[in-house]
Amino acid sequence: MLDFSTLPAALPILWSGVKMTLFLSTMAVVLGLIVGTLMCSARLSKNYPLQLFARFYITLFRGVPLLVQLMISYYCLPLIGINIPALVAATGCIGLCAGAYMAEILRGGFQSLPPGQKESALMVGLSNSHILFFIELPQVIKLTIPGLINETILLVKASSLISVVGIAELTRTAQNLAASNFQPFQFYLTAAAIYFVLNSAISVFGFWLEKRSNNRVIV
Amino acid sequence: MNKSSANEPIVQVQNMNKSFGENQVLKNINLNVHPSEVMCLIGPSGSGKSTLLRCIAFLEQYTGGTVLIEGDLIGYNDNADQRKLASTKELNRVRRNMGMVFQQFNLWPHMTALGNVTEALVRVKKLNRKHANEKGLALLNKVGLSERANHYPAQLSGGQQQRVAIARALAMEPSVLLFDEPTSALDPELVGEVLQVMKDLANDGMTMIVVTHEMGFAAQVADTVVFLDQGEILLKGSPKDVFQGPKPPRLQQFLQNYMDRNAFWE
Ligand SMILES: Nc1ncnc2c1ncn2[C@@H]1O[C@H](COP(=O)(O)OP(=O)(O)OP(=O)(O)O)[C@@H](O)[C@H]1O
Ligand SMILES: [Mg+2]
Repeated sequence: MLDFSTLPAALPILWSGVKMTLFLSTMAVVLGLIVGTLMCSARLSKNYPLQLFARFYITLFRGVPLLVQLMISYYCLPLIGINIPALVAATGCIGLCAGAYMAEILRGGFQSLPPGQKESALMVGLSNSHILFFIELPQVIKLTIPGLINETILLVKASSLISVVGIAELTRTAQNLAASNFQPFQFYLTAAAIYFVLNSAISVFGFWLEKRSNNRVIV
Repeated sequence: MNKSSANEPIVQVQNMNKSFGENQVLKNINLNVHPSEVMCLIGPSGSGKSTLLRCIAFLEQYTGGTVLIEGDLIGYNDNADQRKLASTKELNRVRRNMGMVFQQFNLWPHMTALGNVTEALVRVKKLNRKHANEKGLALLNKVGLSERANHYPAQLSGGQQQRVAIARALAMEPSVLLFDEPTSALDPELVGEVLQVMKDLANDGMTMIVVTHEMGFAAQVADTVVFLDQGEILLKGSPKDVFQGPKPPRLQQFLQNYMDRNAFWE
């Protein structure tokens, strides 16, 4: 049953699946940080409509399962005449979804900054966007490293859902190989091992980052 | 508007009011601060000293009257009988004449002392990095900290952090500096070094408004002392007038409390 003899031949295909998973996860984290920062500052803004929009966005994207979002973008959007490539739709979905979660993680960080730091920045004439990205965000990221790393790991795993729209990331690749070789054990176990190694690496990186930022006073 | 001539006040506060909701914390404030004047604001806790300073800087929106900085209304645009909030750009233009030093220093902890001082030189004044660093080092030298240029705030004592904050405020070459209890968060033995820097600034002719509980500093350095009580100016005059002249009962009581707290030997 545990016969790994067909594995070596399949390695190049698996590797391309790993690369797609890495691409999707990276995009999710990058888009998530950008969308999350913007949504978080909208959520904390004194402008009520903007704040309301951010609340709505966060509730919506946290409230609907990613899987259902993917199905909607893949099956429903074309029906109403919106044709976007599956990869773009999938990346968008996971990125927008990540943004909602990251906005809330970052909000905790922003709210723990002393308000005086922004005031001292305003008094020397720094612009609001400069204050957001260069005064507040670097500190907020440092404060929220554990939460952000946790979210990153969840995103790597969530990227496996993208297999349902036919994108050959790691899970989909393993599924295809398992089916064509009639060997579910070896390919699913291999996929499991690869996810485990990836996420362990991320979590070690997180510990390192936290330690480094504690020692060095800065990010 | 044109720059004010030599003896026009740099800060003019006229019939200014401030309420937080129903709670009126400043009542009909009138103040003029002239070039090179050092004005100290004293008064009991909760009397509205910080709020007054923050209204002048427009970190709080005053709810009535006017505050003019170098002749320009800060924070609002007045048209006929309508008052509207000024745009961020206009607010920044008027604010550029002011620097502020806070009780909690409010340095940016992820930047070095030099980084804190030069940030606005590079981003707002658009100096190149080299020129900004030269200027930043000169300012740190002025507050006695050129040796600490590459230290982060967490590696500096409270007194050193506050001196960096003063250098940062000076970098933008403001025509008036606002201080909100700059020594209240410091260990007693560090108070002196910060007050010394402020005295040097006063001697150099810097215009300053200082909220302080340091009566000694007010008596020695101020040109004008303003006693604020329950949101009103009860007395305004030279240190001699305020500390030695006839006093309203509230001031008498305030000074008595201060003496009692600071007396350790009768
Ligand atoms: N953001 C705010 N919202 C509501 N009320 C406020 C706010 N800030 C200050 N106040 C109130 O305004 C009054 C004046 O406060 P302020 O901080 O100006 O006093 P202060 O003279 O600086 O006192 P201290 O010496 O303790 O610093 C107080 O009654 C305070 O409760
Ligand atoms: Mg105060």
